[in-house]
Amino acid sequence: MVRDDRRRAGSAAEGPMASGVGGMSYAVRDLTRTYPRAAAAANDRISFDVGVGEVFGLLGPNGAGKSTLVRQLMGLTAPDAGTVTLFGRDVVADPRVAARSAAYLAQQEPALAEMPVAVAVQTTGRLRGLGRRSVRDATGRLLDELGLGPLAGRPLLRLSGGQRRLAEVATALVGDRPVLVLDEPTAGLDPVARRAVWAALDRRRAERGTTVVLVTHNVLEAESVLDRVAVLDRGRLIACDTPGRLKTRVGGEVRLDLVWRDDPPMADATVALLARTATVTGRRWTARLPATDAREALGRLTSGAAFAALDDFTLATPTLEDVYLALGGAARDLERA
Amino acid sequence: MTVDSRRAAPADVAVPPLGPRTGWPAGFAAVYAGQLARVRVARVALLFVATLQSVGILLLLRGVVDAGNDVTKESVVAGATVLVVAFVALNLLAQRLGAQRGNGGLDYYAALPVAPSAVVLGIAASYASFTVPGALVTAVVGALLYGLPLLHLWVLAPVALLGGASLAGLGALLGLLLPRPELATVAGQLGMSAVLFLGIIPAGRLPVPLRAVRAAVPSTYAVDALAGSFLRHPDWAGIALRLAVCLAVAVVSLVAASWAFRRAVTR
Repeated sequence: MVRDDRRRAGSAAEGPMASGVGGMSYAVRDLTRTYPRAAAAANDRISFDVGVGEVFGLLGPNGAGKSTLVRQLMGLTAPDAGTVTLFGRDVVADPRVAARSAAYLAQQEPALAEMPVAVAVQTTGRLRGLGRRSVRDATGRLLDELGLGPLAGRPLLRLSGGQRRLAEVATALVGDRPVLVLDEPTAGLDPVARRAVWAALDRRRAERGTTVVLVTHNVLEAESVLDRVAVLDRGRLIACDTPGRLKTRVGGEVRLDLVWRDDPPMADATVALLARTATVTGRRWTARLPATDAREALGRLTSGAAFAALDDFTLATPTLEDVYLALGGAARDLERA
Repeated sequence: MTVDSRRAAPADVAVPPLGPRTGWPAGFAAVYAGQLARVRVARVALLFVATLQSVGILLLLRGVVDAGNDVTKESVVAGATVLVVAFVALNLLAQRLGAQRGNGGLDYYAALPVAPSAVVLGIAASYASFTVPGALVTAVVGALLYGLPLLHLWVLAPVALLGGASLAGLGALLGLLLPRPELATVAGQLGMSAVLFLGIIPAGRLPVPLRAVRAAVPSTYAVDALAGSFLRHPDWAGIALRLAVCLAVAVVSLVAASWAFRRAVTR
């Protein structure tokens, strides 16, 4: 991703039309939604703004309420309370507002499964109001951009999971909506395809000031692509800031990962000390502690008797996963790769 | 908690105009064309099964039916033909929409600026058109097997389309209203069985209570219109009236299905 493009993108969003929304695309206030027969709210008093031309992420584990939130952004789920506006227009009162300004990519698009790739993109473009000729041109360009040209005639369900997701992303991009609401657009993509999607989003932002709201549970994606990230946990928004600023919240802490060959030697004083704070996953221990403490502990472990029992170890600077955990997040299924 | 956007977005930033609302005919045409492209991949085998089932019934009954009884012959051929329509337009469509409702597939359409009625009609019309080849094969094979005239076979076109539209409307309603996809599948199958028995067995041979049920099932009017066209001197007014009933059922059920679609996508 090219950071310089980002800066230019901000000015690309400036345009000749009237203001009145203070540079905001989405403005969400106190959004609350509880599904019938559910014990807890899927979204609990969530508020945030998304700037025009911003790539805004929703990060959280499965079940955090991310998909419910984006469905409400698209007017597909009505909130029990709270408001959503898009460029100052009320999405809750008139769900068509979102359909006419934003393109939505759901986690899965079963409606398209049996369509050939080009037909899926063309159909979606036509349904976004493009004429026959412009939809044909746009489809050709998009398939080339995402490297899907050779697959144009293949039905989505006959593609690999990653290729299929890429084709679904193409359907979201057709029609050049000023806002893209994408629910895990890169899930299942290999690194090359993932970068192709990120580049495609970045290009639209740079050229048109497109706003992107992107759901992810991939920490790497959140850190490398997003301008700002809202961290969700069990229906609540527990933080919202740039990835860099969020990481300063865990400040001097680093993550020490230890993998044991056999049972850890609990007689060792350092091991016993780490055991008190580490999270244990099988034979992997993960401890979060101040950088100096971590360095010293690792020094003692690698020079002492415990080293024989140690299979592998890493010392890493904090990631958004650490931020999530430090903020009280409970789940462990965020992706790191 | 409220969080300000920290990223400096210019205060005088543009408010993009709302994107266009997709016109009804363009929306209908796009949905219809998309479904036609789908069927080449997904439903060819089932369309073949639908036809094979009806031709099989025709062959089976050929050995049973008294060839001298015109009313029975026409009923059997017309009933078997409309059964193809019911298999596809009622049964497969109820299953399809039930499944799409269950797995979130309808959200795709709901997130696009297209009228729900254009979506429902586009899908229903595509399923109604899928019935045409199978219905044609069945009607021709039936007419040849039972020695019926093919002179007025063109009546099959409005029968398949209007009968198809009415059954597709009901299929769409079942798929969109029933709370679980499995129920939609069962209801679609039961509906098809009703068409099979009430359509193929001539009205005069049904027990009295079932005659009332027969009169209440829209496929009956499609069967009777088609059966009437196999006569040497068709009662055109009667055929037109029966097709008008199909049209009325189609309109009412499709309007209801459009409402059900809107309801199904607002969770």
